[in-house]
Amino acid sequence: MALLWVKSMSDFSLNTAIWQEDAEPDNPFVAARCFAHGYDVYGEILPHASWFEYLLLLLQGERPSPQAVKTLERLAIALANPGPREASVRAAMNGGVGGSVHASSLIAALAVGAGQCGGAQEVSVLVDQWAKVGLNKAAWLAFFQAPNEDYSEDIWGPFEHAPGFDPNGVGCATPVQQTLNLLAELSPGMGVSWLQKQQQEFQKTVGAPLSFSAVAAAAFYDLALDSRQSTMLFLMLRLPGAAVHALEWEVNGWKKFPAYGSGIRLSNDPASKTQWGDGT
Amino acid sequence: MSVSNLIDLENGYSTDMGKAFLSERVVLRGRDLHREFGDRDWFSVFLFAITGREFSDEHLQFMNFMWVASSYPDPGIWPNQAAALGASARTTPSLALISGLAISEASIYGRKPERKALDFFYRAGRALDSGQSIANIVEDELKARKILFGYGRPLASTDERISHTMRKIKQLGLDAGKHFQLALAVADYLGDTRNLTMNVAAVNTAVIADIGLSPEEYQIWVTTGFITGMAPCYLDARRRQEGGFFPIRCTSLNYEGVPQRRWDRS
Repeated sequence: MALLWVKSMSDFSLNTAIWQEDAEPDNPFVAARCFAHGYDVYGEILPHASWFEYLLLLLQGERPSPQAVKTLERLAIALANPGPREASVRAAMNGGVGGSVHASSLIAALAVGAGQCGGAQEVSVLVDQWAKVGLNKAAWLAFFQAPNEDYSEDIWGPFEHAPGFDPNGVGCATPVQQTLNLLAELSPGMGVSWLQKQQQEFQKTVGAPLSFSAVAAAAFYDLALDSRQSTMLFLMLRLPGAAVHALEWEVNGWKKFPAYGSGIRLSNDPASKTQWGDGT
Repeated sequence: MSVSNLIDLENGYSTDMGKAFLSERVVLRGRDLHREFGDRDWFSVFLFAITGREFSDEHLQFMNFMWVASSYPDPGIWPNQAAALGASARTTPSLALISGLAISEASIYGRKPERKALDFFYRAGRALDSGQSIANIVEDELKARKILFGYGRPLASTDERISHTMRKIKQLGLDAGKHFQLALAVADYLGDTRNLTMNVAAVNTAVIADIGLSPEEYQIWVTTGFITGMAPCYLDARRRQEGGFFPIRCTSLNYEGVPQRRWDRS
């Protein structure tokens, strides 16, 4: 029985340029050794690499520079917890407070945090723009003025604000500024430091302050990540905050959670015309 | 400044969409949910919730048919496969189904091409009304966007849904619709000039354009459209042994990457 598999073959196969496995001698479905882009994951990467070194290796196929690792690690700290006022974290807390399965809280955070107002889609569009125009200031200013110039019907709507800026902001938020300033020193590329130099002019032209999306996108560009890779990383890096606040509300309980019902006012309540109640 | 808007919105949210007066009643778009919709079919209430409009029986029957016609209980289909893998990995039913629904917002099938096809029919309908020919409309679209969603060389040589859908459209008397007729004319033109065929997304969205759903309304309505096919796929995999959904042996990974190398510790 145990050796039946030696002669049998699968009709299906899966191509990958990332992952290679050697099977255990007693089971073809269990890996004894795993290689990521050629490196022995459990033999060498596990004891010797950092999490962010491994993460960039997985994404890009090559060992990153120490400067790139440090930049990503700092960016990851900046993004890890947007705080319980932020939409994706709030979505996760709505899972936590009701005792939803934990995965659903993270799914809610991913779905909401994928958006184009402060979310991953905004970052994605910005990274695409970096790849397209790089350090061309005039091209950036034109993009900020008309971000929907090439828009056609899509699952994503047109932008309602200049990507990379907080449409509800006044001055640049201190944490955004602190992150921008730190990454401008650390970053292995020109993007973040160039953005820092243009910040005042960009903000004046757009009439809104830079947001985390702009800083993250510039850092991803400097890390030589494309928009697809940046989207995935941005989504992953913001999950810790969603997780801990969802867990926090699972414990806090629903009685302490904001109940917005009293703030929701119906402008067309049929009860105002019928016998069914007073509408309060 | 826009921050003042946030201050206004902080404590108050005025809406005409609805509200639950808990322990009393529920209002949906200005109508009492339980009293006015309690005897209605769920599908029409769903569409009312999305659009605020009522639809004819023929239109509701067509939209119902669209969902029925895409209820494929085949675990090889990608969204269904995600649901089956969820079962195989023994996740919860809701999480498994949600995984399949989430990936249905795809680029080469599902939500994205459907939404773009629907948008094309609305734009093409307006162009037709302004006197443009089918040839001009198609050529302009291909020049501007390089692709015409809803037409092409399909994955399968024929889509088995098309003949059933055509029959249903005729049976319901929807075959005279402007956008449906436009879709057929575009298919004729593309068949003659480029040997392309119309797929079911074009047929469906053309009728949807005649019904009058906006692309956004359409996407919200159709988001859960594949779920009937997913449910049996989930259950089937759930009944099998854990990890039993097309397991992949290590040697079935065809590695195409760089050769094995050492991690330099210096």
